[in-house]
Amino acid sequence: MMDLSSISPILLLASIMAASTPILLAAIGELVVERAGVLNLGVEGMMITGAICGFAFAVNTGSPALGFLAAALGGAGLSLLFALLTQFALANQVASGLALTLFGLGLSALLGQGYVGIKPPPTARLDIPVLSDIPFLGPVLFSHDPMVYIALALVAAVWAGLKYTRAGLILRAVGENHDAAHALGYKVVRVRVLAIAFGGACAGLGGAYLSLVRVPQWTEGMTAGAGWIALALVVFASWKAGRVLLGAWLFGGVSVLQLNLQAAGVALPVEYLSMSPYLITILVLVIMSADRSRAPASLTRIFHASQ
Amino acid sequence: MGDGGSAPLHRHEGAPMRIRLEKRPQPSRRWLYLSPLLAVLVTMLAGGALFAALGKNPVEAIATIFWEPLFGEFAFYYRPQLLVKGAPLVLIAIGLSLGFRAGVWNIGAEGQYIIGALAGAGVGLAFYPLDAWFVFPLMVIAGALGGLAWGMIPGLLRVRFGTNEILVSLMLVYVAEKLLAAMALGPMKNPEGMGFPGSRNLQQYPSAHNADLIADTGMHWGAVAALIAVIFAYILLGRHVLGYHIRLTGQAPRAARFAGVDPARLVLFCLGVSGALAGLAGMFEVSGPAGQVSIDFNVGYGFTAIIVAFLGRLHPFGIALAGLLMALTYIGGEIAQSNLGLPAAAIQMFQGMLLFFLLAVDLLTNYRLRLLPRPETA
Repeated sequence: MMDLSSISPILLLASIMAASTPILLAAIGELVVERAGVLNLGVEGMMITGAICGFAFAVNTGSPALGFLAAALGGAGLSLLFALLTQFALANQVASGLALTLFGLGLSALLGQGYVGIKPPPTARLDIPVLSDIPFLGPVLFSHDPMVYIALALVAAVWAGLKYTRAGLILRAVGENHDAAHALGYKVVRVRVLAIAFGGACAGLGGAYLSLVRVPQWTEGMTAGAGWIALALVVFASWKAGRVLLGAWLFGGVSVLQLNLQAAGVALPVEYLSMSPYLITILVLVIMSADRSRAPASLTRIFHASQ
Repeated sequence: MGDGGSAPLHRHEGAPMRIRLEKRPQPSRRWLYLSPLLAVLVTMLAGGALFAALGKNPVEAIATIFWEPLFGEFAFYYRPQLLVKGAPLVLIAIGLSLGFRAGVWNIGAEGQYIIGALAGAGVGLAFYPLDAWFVFPLMVIAGALGGLAWGMIPGLLRVRFGTNEILVSLMLVYVAEKLLAAMALGPMKNPEGMGFPGSRNLQQYPSAHNADLIADTGMHWGAVAALIAVIFAYILLGRHVLGYHIRLTGQAPRAARFAGVDPARLVLFCLGVSGALAGLAGMFEVSGPAGQVSIDFNVGYGFTAIIVAFLGRLHPFGIALAGLLMALTYIGGEIAQSNLGLPAAAIQMFQGMLLFFLLAVDLLTNYRLRLLPRPETA
């Protein structure tokens, strides 16, 4: 029997905030990478590597904070392989990104062998004083674990950084026209490697949020396409930081809603409901792809200064 | 300065020489053939190091993977497996390679493979227990059409709305996996299966069984189809105007447009053909080696085929060889798992590594490494 009244709007909105955090982290990192003119399709691989690195460190040290740090380092480390391939070996970015994902899935499965069925140390909730006491808004916005706030702060920092800082300007110049940026004396390869590492660290954090907070446990292939959804999110956001947030809430909303519908016992089999995040992603991509003018002009183009 | 430009791989103060990359006017033919071999070699070394790090004897592990299935004591059993595992890989990779050459990135072959299997098995199960010659051919057609339809979704969306086919085809893999689970637990569940998930076993339904054409050789209809696909792709790429258009679009999209190539038609062709071939691979698998629709029916052939396509240099004959090599790592990997206790994930990582090294050494095909004296001013 279906009972929709069991779904509380406050809990629903609060869990959307948490559900959107992994893809928000991964997407904001990938946005920076793509604004630098590089398409890294390895987000899924970096996320799952971050998920197991974070999980293993948190379990062994007992500290979720150290876990998240390890996840960021793990994701960034893996992304440097991609940087090596695309920036120094000048390999095709699409193929290299796919390689990164395939490699990351294997690597994480290997690293995670001893960690199946273990519970990670809990990540403490951080109620922001005063604000969290506001009725309705308090539990929805100000009563989460620290990573939710960090993710939001990261979005704000990326938005402001791209828009107002000199570093952001250089990054955008490299992404729009790497030949001109090179002629102006900017280190195209260095900028891109840094952007790729930042993207990897963010993806790693997103993965660790899944394994340490959302699920929280380690299973092989647990990211289940979240990295790909993050990639779609960047397109959805037209490469704008603010819109990534909007998109992440939308996808978070869809996944929370379908979980709630499953729990409420909707007459549709679970398998069909769990298709919905992927179908929504496709639908959103179709709607957004009308506006292709926003993509960074040098995206996926190989830079080699001798030409 | 020109430092960023010449991309020195090593910058060491006081070093008298530096390495400089020079773009070759034309890709080196020698390295075109040598780089896959070099990549395999480097992967063996790196893989050996990985296996050693896992506490296994690296030489023994590598030998188990590459030697045991071909020449070991039980080779008579493993050799047919080479065709069984290689056929779907080659069949899928041939289709993917056409698109990859033209810049059409279908990375959702895994989904098309599943839908092909579901469509093929669906037809077979619908006719059960009818004993008739036309059941299997109908299943083949259904499998191809299923994969074709699933591949056409990203194709049509890209052509009509400009939607990115990479993301759409990949999303559809997850949708297909959910559909597979729904079918195995619901409509296609074996009514006499005592409540266990999974369909009837098609191996026990002669009209639908994709059996070995010559007993115990692994030579089933899927292997025949893979062989036909290789020859067909070779002729298409070398002799047919469509193949010429595919190559032209990949190398110079603007020139291709001036030459009268219709990009939309090409996208649909590439995604349609690769979808249909992946669907066929799924159909031959479910009616043969796998036997039934089950939750864990797909094992990642659609993704491994991407590695196969690149390892084979997107060339039909190369893909045939690469498919067999990859099949070898699957079989050898299984042996290493049971004999040496090597984790399955290590093999998966090994395969991923292969693509990594291939992309890295490919640098030598398009660029020349030059040792230059270090400029005094630097």
